[in-house]
Amino acid sequence: MNLAQFLAGRLVKGIVVLFAIAILNFFLIRAAPGDPAQVLAGEAGAADAVLLEQLRARFGLDQPLIEQLWIYLKGYASLDLGFSYRQQRPVLELILDRLPATLLLTGAAFLVSLGLGVLMGALAARRAGRWQDSVITTLALVFYATPLFWIALMSQIIFSLKLGLVPNVGFETIGANYTGLARALDIAQHLFLPALTLGLFFTALYARMMRASMLEIAGADFVKTARAKGLSPGVVSRRHVARNAILPVVTLAGLQAGQLVGGAVLTETVFAWPGIGRLMFDALVQRDYSVLLGVFFVSSAMVVGFNILTDLVYRLADPRIEATS
Amino acid sequence: MSFLKRFASNRGAVVGLIILLVVIVFALLAPSLFPQSPWRTVGRPFLAPFVMERFPLGTDTLGRNIAAGLVHGARVSLMIGVVSTLVALLIGVPLGAVAGYAGGFVDDALMRFTEFFQTIPSFALAIVMVAILQPQLGSIVLAIGVVSWPPVARLVRGEVLSLKTREYVQAAVTIGQSTPRIIFSQVLPNTIAPIIVMGSLMIGSAILLESSLSFLGLGDPNLMSWGYMVGAGRTRLIDAWWISFFPGLAIFLTVLALNLAGEGLNDALNPRLARGRE
Repeated sequence: MNLAQFLAGRLVKGIVVLFAIAILNFFLIRAAPGDPAQVLAGEAGAADAVLLEQLRARFGLDQPLIEQLWIYLKGYASLDLGFSYRQQRPVLELILDRLPATLLLTGAAFLVSLGLGVLMGALAARRAGRWQDSVITTLALVFYATPLFWIALMSQIIFSLKLGLVPNVGFETIGANYTGLARALDIAQHLFLPALTLGLFFTALYARMMRASMLEIAGADFVKTARAKGLSPGVVSRRHVARNAILPVVTLAGLQAGQLVGGAVLTETVFAWPGIGRLMFDALVQRDYSVLLGVFFVSSAMVVGFNILTDLVYRLADPRIEATS
Repeated sequence: MSFLKRFASNRGAVVGLIILLVVIVFALLAPSLFPQSPWRTVGRPFLAPFVMERFPLGTDTLGRNIAAGLVHGARVSLMIGVVSTLVALLIGVPLGAVAGYAGGFVDDALMRFTEFFQTIPSFALAIVMVAILQPQLGSIVLAIGVVSWPPVARLVRGEVLSLKTREYVQAAVTIGQSTPRIIFSQVLPNTIAPIIVMGSLMIGSAILLESSLSFLGLGDPNLMSWGYMVGAGRTRLIDAWWISFFPGLAIFLTVLALNLAGEGLNDALNPRLARGRE
């Protein structure tokens, strides 16, 4: 299979997934207690009669269910994710405004957790059974059990409120009007804590996986050969073991990207990060269901895109994949 | 070595089990330790911890007793953790068993379905479900169950795939046992050990998920929950850190204990695997 075929196949699969999510959204609206028109209006039962009538006409709520589904899917297919009557703006517009901030946050958290996790796991495996291993394994266990929103709050207290090392909340310093490099630096400072806390759980996951993967490969024949021909332990573990051990970790990381997007809701809420997670939280408080479902759809689309991307990187990194797939 | 001895030889697992037992005892004794509702204002707001004997962990923004909230919250966390894990098992086990045993087209279709649920961001789905179905005990349990079953289905499918070629299953087929009977009486009983291990680890993630939901305000409004307590103290972090600190610590310790005990259980049930991992 060549690259174009592979990409086409993955795109079709991705579109099927998004289609299924649109159907899921449709049925979720119907599952809500009460009138679907009220749900779409997002006014917590206080929408006026004219608006409700408009919504019923627009979404064909007096038509048979299958007809309603058709109207709904047609909307999604033309990238119409509905309208937020609370904010008086189309949902897609609201989301696209906030998307760059979330992409930056989740991207940074992904890189931090993967980098840190692989490093910790590799170190633990090289020192298996010694104190470095115990420290890293224990740390991974702790990260794994810590509630994300709590560690975000606690790191906020310690690192920004008490020590004043990094800014407390927000995306950049308001009113500073930095440009160019100064602005990038300012945003990076604001990004530090959110990205670190969001990535913590996954750091633990990848560290454990990398450690197990390294230990498994360390027993392989080609590693014995490398050692037998007199390579130093450092070279063997870097060039022969780590390079092969990292592959399953990258696969897992690609699959886990979706959970990262979900976790962004908590991080963005705590750090007032102006992304789609924060948008989701605000929609939650206001019971603005159209926005809620729109964010759910877009974050699923993000995951699909992310999975295709990691698959692509993976194929480039390991040519053997092409032969087997 | 017996199962108990193997479990006891794992120090982490024993520590986990002890923490877990303490949490369970507190949860069971909640009504007698703090007979008043944890929602009631019982003292001055913002009382610091370790100062007054009546409020060992201080009071929150509305003068509610934090220790009482923690103990009552333990009941809620444990209950939701266990019940939603059962829901996930109830979905995942039959699905995985059917997929693995039937094979072919059925297997393909069911695995696509499972994959779909693994692709979508599970926390976002849980938020949407609870928000739309209204935050109540039932919808929270359902949402956590719905987002946590895919790994169970995969595990059970894999186990069933390897078991169905065994001789005793072939024998059952030969003597004409019905397929459901073979699945339930021959195959599934032999997959129980890995399911128990996975279930014990899932209770931990379910508790994390529940606390995250209630932190965002999606808890059952009638039930005191640790996540809600952390969220309630969020606005007063600087002057009253303890309001958010203690409930979060409780979540952390409980989930850590569940993970430690679950891993110990795994090693004790599969002694060969445990040795192979070192």
